[in-house]
Amino acid sequence: MPRYIATRLLSAVAMALLASLVVFLISALVPGDPVLAQLGDIQASNPQTVLEWRAKWGLDLPLWERYGIFLKGLAHGDLGISIATRRPVLDDIVQYAPATVELATIAFLLAIGVGIPLGIAAAVWRDSWVDSLARAISLLGVSAPTFWLAFIMLAIFYGWLGWAPGPGRMDPIAFPPEGPTGLFLIDAALAGDWEAWWDAAAHLILPAVVLAAATIGLITRTTRAAMLDALGQDFVRVARAKGLRARVIVLRHALPNALVPVVTLGGLAYANLLAGAVMTETVFSWPGLGRYTFRSAAALDFPAIMGITLVVSATYLLVNLLVDLSYGLLDPRVRR
Amino acid sequence: MTGSGLPVLEVENLQTVFLTDAGAVRAVDGVSFTIGPGETLGLVGESGSGKSVTALSLMRLLEEPARIIGGSVRFQGCDVLEMSGEELRDWRGDRAAMVFQDPMTGLNPVIRILRQVTEHMVSHGRQTPAKAKLRAVDLLRRMGVAAPERAAASFPYQFSGGMRQRVMLAIGVANDPALLIADEPTTALDVTIQAQILDLMRGLNQEFGTAIVLISHDLGVIGTVCRRVAVMYAGEIVEEAETAAVLTDPRHPYAWALVNAVPRLDSPAGTRLVSIEGGPPSALDPPPGCRFAARCPFKLARCETDHPPLMEVAPGRRARCWVTMDGTPLPPPPVAAEAAFRTPAPEERPLLEGHDLVKHFPLSRLGFFGKRPVVHAVNGVDLRLRRGEALGIVGESGCGKSTLARLVTRLHAPTSGTLRFDGQDITHFTAAEMRPLRPRMGMVFQDPYASLNPRMTVGDALAEPLLAHGRAATRAEARGRVLELMATVGLKPEWAQRFPHEFSGGQRQRVSIARSLALEPDLVVADEPVSALDVNVQAQVLNLMLDLRERLGLSYLFIAHDLAVVRAFCDRVAVMYLGRIVEEGPAQELFARPLHPYTVALTSAVPEPGRERVVLAGEPPSTLSLPEGCAFRARCPVAQPVCAEVRPPLAEVAPGRLAACHFPGAFSV
Repeated sequence: MPRYIATRLLSAVAMALLASLVVFLISALVPGDPVLAQLGDIQASNPQTVLEWRAKWGLDLPLWERYGIFLKGLAHGDLGISIATRRPVLDDIVQYAPATVELATIAFLLAIGVGIPLGIAAAVWRDSWVDSLARAISLLGVSAPTFWLAFIMLAIFYGWLGWAPGPGRMDPIAFPPEGPTGLFLIDAALAGDWEAWWDAAAHLILPAVVLAAATIGLITRTTRAAMLDALGQDFVRVARAKGLRARVIVLRHALPNALVPVVTLGGLAYANLLAGAVMTETVFSWPGLGRYTFRSAAALDFPAIMGITLVVSATYLLVNLLVDLSYGLLDPRVRR
Repeated sequence: MTGSGLPVLEVENLQTVFLTDAGAVRAVDGVSFTIGPGETLGLVGESGSGKSVTALSLMRLLEEPARIIGGSVRFQGCDVLEMSGEELRDWRGDRAAMVFQDPMTGLNPVIRILRQVTEHMVSHGRQTPAKAKLRAVDLLRRMGVAAPERAAASFPYQFSGGMRQRVMLAIGVANDPALLIADEPTTALDVTIQAQILDLMRGLNQEFGTAIVLISHDLGVIGTVCRRVAVMYAGEIVEEAETAAVLTDPRHPYAWALVNAVPRLDSPAGTRLVSIEGGPPSALDPPPGCRFAARCPFKLARCETDHPPLMEVAPGRRARCWVTMDGTPLPPPPVAAEAAFRTPAPEERPLLEGHDLVKHFPLSRLGFFGKRPVVHAVNGVDLRLRRGEALGIVGESGCGKSTLARLVTRLHAPTSGTLRFDGQDITHFTAAEMRPLRPRMGMVFQDPYASLNPRMTVGDALAEPLLAHGRAATRAEARGRVLELMATVGLKPEWAQRFPHEFSGGQRQRVSIARSLALEPDLVVADEPVSALDVNVQAQVLNLMLDLRERLGLSYLFIAHDLAVVRAFCDRVAVMYLGRIVEEGPAQELFARPLHPYTVALTSAVPEPGRERVVLAGEPPSTLSLPEGCAFRARCPVAQPVCAEVRPPLAEVAPGRLAACHFPGAFSV
């Protein structure tokens, strides 16, 4: 097993590098100029300034040399300096990541917490009202556009009913909790600042629901299909012939056999939530990686884009590895 | 045991239907029987006769859209059909247990064996968890599971089918049920393993007095366990009697057909199998008279109009038949004029000749730097098939017989050895070089449905090879030839426009046979061509293949696990074990007087009444590593030290008789 993990990690590193190369080439080939995006029209009309800028950011060097410099920096844990913020990209990412991780994790827990039980119920009471409800919820979740859902939720629960706080991670006049993780819920709990904890939690609810909506739909459908498959297996009939309770048959006999596709989807969904919160973060003014990505892309901020690419691909690869390892826990046939 | 005086099970007029859009399909239609404490009853019938639905109805394990609409099932006096959900759960798996057909899917793959054996002992409050553990290990040991402690801690995938069925039996009897229902428990197993499991069931009945209902399509299987049998046809019991009586003197024409459709290892040479044409009547709207009348060779006028009740035709036996109601027995099956024993002309050169054929399949590596395990499927086989000869290959699953079939038709390339077809060395032929030879080799596979394209009409499927190999220039010409072919195998010409799903299993296998004959091959390789079919349909297909063999003078390589079928069809037989031929000889002689101990055990394991039985212990060794010396020695009753050291070569022991054994003929029943 350790050897397997080591092999997988090595190949993950190679994959991440390959991804960075692809992104590097694409961003170098797009018909846009970061210098023009940064300098503004007046300064950009002065060729001398433009040249100096190019030299400063190394944009005058040949492509392979620039990639070489990027790799060299990477070897020292240096992702370069962001053209837009003039700060080390790594610092930027470390600053923005916790907000996204917190949001995506809550959304993910919400998605599996709702999706798996709903999927199980829909399979067990197939063609009943529970099944119809599950179908309606998942259809709505999958088909409602994120930005639309975000605005509607904000309009209803913040604007109209006033049940939920507005955009942002916390109340604008409150002090964010200080702590080692940057995850407000954890930091506040560690500091014992329950007022801040509640504030952060309340601010999380709406964006987490919006972000989780599509994933809830997918997980419900997948769980339902996998459970129907498992419930139709011979061993379920054997379990019934043993005179076991329905709860035991569903949860102990059928569910573990249905989890593999659900875990596969869940892993991908979590990685997607981490990387794909751009829309939600924008609408909810969430200071996370999604918004950072959006700004960097708009500014053609090469170092930042490269850094984000690496982080995102590393996340995907890591989650995939965890998913593959979890197969061994779920299904003894996969173990060696 | 409680209620000692009461019957364990009284079934009265049980009626189960499947609610379909077309109406209620009467799967079980008025079935009644009684089983006393410790009694054994077999239920026999072809697929669709309602025997499995009966079993599921008894346990109330039916699923939508099946529904019990009438009758009563009393277990030790309590009405099972009236039980509440709670009572039913308490009863199932405790007083009454059920074992199903497929042990490969019946165990939960992600739960350890131990928990699967213990959970219902604990949930029914029979044992504490700690005691249940001890009992589970004890049960596994008693069921013949090797190293039961380790087995209990394992997951199902680590076991063979036979071992899993032992585990299933352990699960079934864990709470000492008064009744065990077993639905085709050995159908998925090899014959030597089947003998072990049947032995076990007989032991359960004798040792613990467990009443057993055994469901099977095979009267022989039922005969080894059950004293009484009920023959089912179209949802009804048509005959009920002692098993031995039905086997020798069936009183219902359907039972008669069933008994005589099965080839036996001791039937005289050249016996034709009895096959009845047609199929069971529609269960949506059964005919008013006897349901078997349309297919019955003995029918009377009143059979078409009056539905016969189950009548006592002799002391202790009942039959649903107007013909035998007065106690007259049915005539013995017609014996065809003794078929001329075919002695193929002493041949200048054989049609097919293999020398030292080997096929190994490397598996994927165990881990990144791990070893690459190798499946030793075929390990040095010499083969000669003369023109017009039928050579049978028998053996248990995993013995390499199917791989051998694929080798000689060059669907696989041999790892080593040489292969000649009609004198030509085809060992290393490429696919392109093989193409001109393909028309000369026809193939028939086990599953006729899987080997026919579901979106192609049967006519097109048969025309395809003709057009592809230029045997017919135009579609019209091909159509003419297709109709001829269909007539040859007994299919109606108007069926050419039908799709495979519109045919029954036996008709589909006829289509496969027609396809294999389309290009007028010299050699037909048939891999288990009848093992997926009901016995009556099997008899039809076997009779057809025998006819064709005689009419067209084909050469056959016939692969099957059923010894009696091979004996009925083949001139010569080769018995394979672990990728090698261990015995070879003329079919009649080989089965009458087997020389290799494995053949002795194999023939004695065939569930036929009156057969002296040797139950072979253990299972074939893994094909991943070949043992030194004789591969059979670990299971051999007469093994000597030399068997572990020297591998016996296949040598001529008597004229025409070859055996790979140091002590041929030393072991007999």
